[in-house]
Amino acid sequence: MFEAVAFYLFAFLTIAMFYIVVTTKQALYALTALAAGMIFISAFFFILGADFLGAIQIIVYTGAVMALYAFGMMFFDTTRDVKEKQGNKYIIVGLSTLAAVLIVLIVSVPMVSDNIVALYPVADDIGNVQSVGLVLFTKYLIPFEVAAIMLLVAMVAGIVLAGKKMDLSLTLMSGEEIEDMKKEKNKKVLS
Amino acid sequence: MEIGLNHYLVLSTILFAIGLVGVMKRKNLLLLFFATEILLNAVNIAFAAISHYYGDLTGQMFAFFVIAIAASEVAVGLGLLIVWFKRHGTIDLDLMTSMKG
Amino acid sequence: MEKYLYIALFAPFVSSLFSALFTATPKKLFTGIIASLLIFTSLVSSTILLIYLFKGGEPIHVEMMTWMATGDLYIPFGFLVDQVSVTMMMVVTLVSTVVHVYAIGYMDHDKGFNRFFSWLSAFVFSMMILVMSDNYAGLFIGWEGVGLCSWGLIGFWFHKESASWAANEAFIMNRIADLGMLIGIFLIYWNTGTLQYDGAFAAFHTLDPTTLTWIGIFLFIGAMGKSAQFPLHTWLADAMEGPTPVSALIHAATMVTAGVYLVIRSNELYSLIPDVGLFIASLGTFVALFAASMALVNRDMKRIIAYSTLSQLGYMFAAAGLGAYWVALFHLMAHAFFKALLFLGAGNVMHAMHDELDPFKMGGLKKVMKWTWIMMTIASLALAGIFPFAGFFSKDTILEAAFADHHYVIYGVLLFTAGLTAFYSFRLVALIFHGEERYKLFGIHPHEAYRFMLVAMSPLLLFAIIAGVFQEPFFHMVEELLRAHEYHIHSHTTLWIMLLGTQIFVGLAILYAYKKYARSGIKVPDGTSATENSFIYKLLINQYYIPYFYEEYIIRPYRELSAVFWQKIDIKIVDATVDGIAGIIYSTGEKTRTMQSGNLSTMLKWMVVGLVVLLSLAVIFGVTVRYSDGAASALSGLGVM
Repeated sequence: MFEAVAFYLFAFLTIAMFYIVVTTKQALYALTALAAGMIFISAFFFILGADFLGAIQIIVYTGAVMALYAFGMMFFDTTRDVKEKQGNKYIIVGLSTLAAVLIVLIVSVPMVSDNIVALYPVADDIGNVQSVGLVLFTKYLIPFEVAAIMLLVAMVAGIVLAGKKMDLSLTLMSGEEIEDMKKEKNKKVLS
Repeated sequence: MEIGLNHYLVLSTILFAIGLVGVMKRKNLLLLFFATEILLNAVNIAFAAISHYYGDLTGQMFAFFVIAIAASEVAVGLGLLIVWFKRHGTIDLDLMTSMKG
Repeated sequence: MEKYLYIALFAPFVSSLFSALFTATPKKLFTGIIASLLIFTSLVSSTILLIYLFKGGEPIHVEMMTWMATGDLYIPFGFLVDQVSVTMMMVVTLVSTVVHVYAIGYMDHDKGFNRFFSWLSAFVFSMMILVMSDNYAGLFIGWEGVGLCSWGLIGFWFHKESASWAANEAFIMNRIADLGMLIGIFLIYWNTGTLQYDGAFAAFHTLDPTTLTWIGIFLFIGAMGKSAQFPLHTWLADAMEGPTPVSALIHAATMVTAGVYLVIRSNELYSLIPDVGLFIASLGTFVALFAASMALVNRDMKRIIAYSTLSQLGYMFAAAGLGAYWVALFHLMAHAFFKALLFLGAGNVMHAMHDELDPFKMGGLKKVMKWTWIMMTIASLALAGIFPFAGFFSKDTILEAAFADHHYVIYGVLLFTAGLTAFYSFRLVALIFHGEERYKLFGIHPHEAYRFMLVAMSPLLLFAIIAGVFQEPFFHMVEELLRAHEYHIHSHTTLWIMLLGTQIFVGLAILYAYKKYARSGIKVPDGTSATENSFIYKLLINQYYIPYFYEEYIIRPYRELSAVFWQKIDIKIVDATVDGIAGIIYSTGEKTRTMQSGNLSTMLKWMVVGLVVLLSLAVIFGVTVRYSDGAASALSGLGVM
């Protein structure tokens, strides 16, 4: 009973948060709603017994990713609103609904779910973190290492891309300076 | 009332659909990134749920990797976004037409 | 010995490629010299092979490499040098060496000097493949190769409308015949399962006569085209548009005899079907007379010699058809020598007369062109079959063969034709070299050809005189391969009467020709004399109206039919279909181009559309598999499920 209440509560909250993310016009609202949605999602993980995943979800998403977005937004002039002139709303919603229905159809077909056999059963006597560690560092060791390298590459890429011209601040520069810079930039082919 | 796997899957699908709407609707590149985060999280829920209901840790493993990928994507994507903004002073999708043939 | 085989075969090829390097550049003397040297190398190798075989050596059979091997079909690039092919190789390389050297002088002032040698050597290479191949497929390759080179050389002066027309005519006529030959080759493969000569010949004995007859007929159709037998003969006279060395080499000595070679080569086949052989002999006899009659009145020097070639080819087919294969081959060889000589002599005259071809406008040239006169007279004597020149031995043996086989009609016609041959040959000689110097009216100052050209012709002169000596040795060489037997007329009296009678008859014909044409007072015919208005003259000068008939009843209806097909079928159906397909694709592209607006948002929408489509496919797929066992098993077969 408790589980059902929790599920519906958090489901409602998550959907609401994400709905705000995709509909709001304020980037800041969207950011906040997204962070909240992430935290609510971690609740599902706790309900499902994946404690470690839930912790990671909060740390990585809410801690790292959202912070990254927040810092990223500082570079942009978020006060200048991007015009949301969308085309046909029905097409967008229709397509999404259709995709959702089809996915539900596929996963609910017994053919798929009948054939699943547990490869790495959850051990009852040890905790979730311990069993995750066992599997992650045995069977999934190489993907884990690869993921680590990928993260390193992404970090380097992020620094290189965003770090150029760090000494200049668009927000602190006057309009003329920005214009001059633009002209100068247009001369050289920019990287 | 028992909560089964299908409940989670339906929830996951709904979130995914919301993400899709965001992807198609948003013109602000930053908000587009938010929408992709929603998509990834929707999938993560499904993975975790399947992992739980079949007693198999593989689903959780994949969720981890998805999170890793999402983190790298944000890092690189944001970097590109900043570069773009520095060059063009805007992050409006409709103005990104340099790929037009 | 294999070494010499490869040298003989590939030296002309190298020569051709070498000359081809310079086709786009102005005249270079060394291409001619190097080409001649390479062909001479080939001649030396052929001679070595000939001596080897003559001394009783085993035929050389080599397999250079596999050409086609699919399933049961196995065709190698195999080459065979036996007594028959070595004879042909000798003839080809000897005449082509002479012609190459001669052409250095003849083509002296031509812009396409290098190109000429490239084509000429390519021709020699193809001809060598034709005669040396050990299977019908290789023979066919050579056959087509010589056809191509012949096209290129007839149309050598392609800027002349008539030359390119003649080249196309020769090529198309040969295509018609080659279709027959190809069918013959297919039939051989179908029935015997091999195209190798030895295998096919061995299998022929087990086939039923009807099949053999069809094979024989179809192969002979091919031979008819290449050797310009009736009714496919018109191209040969028109082929004289090419340079004279070409006429000497291709359209007298070698290529046109390829048909005779084919019949001789397939002697195992034709000896099994005597009825077809008799048909070949009859057709050959007919062509001998038919062509000789056209040569009687013609007023184009080269065409007269061309008709004479046609007539002599008729002789060869008559001999081959009667089973006297060695006689045919011997006549082929002897004919190659004196006919090439005659053509080269005619080339000298043409050069001297500034490309004038009408012998009525010449006369009295023997004073300025003594050596050419001697050569052409001897060649004509050899052609007429006067003792002791080459033609006597070869042609009289054909007559004897016909007589000994009791084919008296063939014998009679061939004898009569021999008289005609003597008459028209000496009509030509008399008109060109004797009588008044009519050329002065046209303001031409003739001169003798270069000395080295005359020297180059001398081997041919030598062979035209002495080739008869080789009759006995030649017979012994090919005896076994061609299952030859000498023709003996049992009564010596009859033999002597025949020999003397023939000689006297031919001699009288020569005298008559001299009397009629060597006298003074010959006028250039202007179409007013009584002879020229007679029916027979008109019939002959118009070549029995056969070209006219072809033009009127075959070419024109075909052209009209083609026009109809072009207008109705090609444009309205074929073109329309193709254009329609292109139009559909084009308009689809035009419509969907707007998808590529470059707008990221639009692209994302399309991506979602693609996702939905894929998902629906997955659903449909899953449902199908679930509710249909057939699909499931098919998929498991593919390894999908």
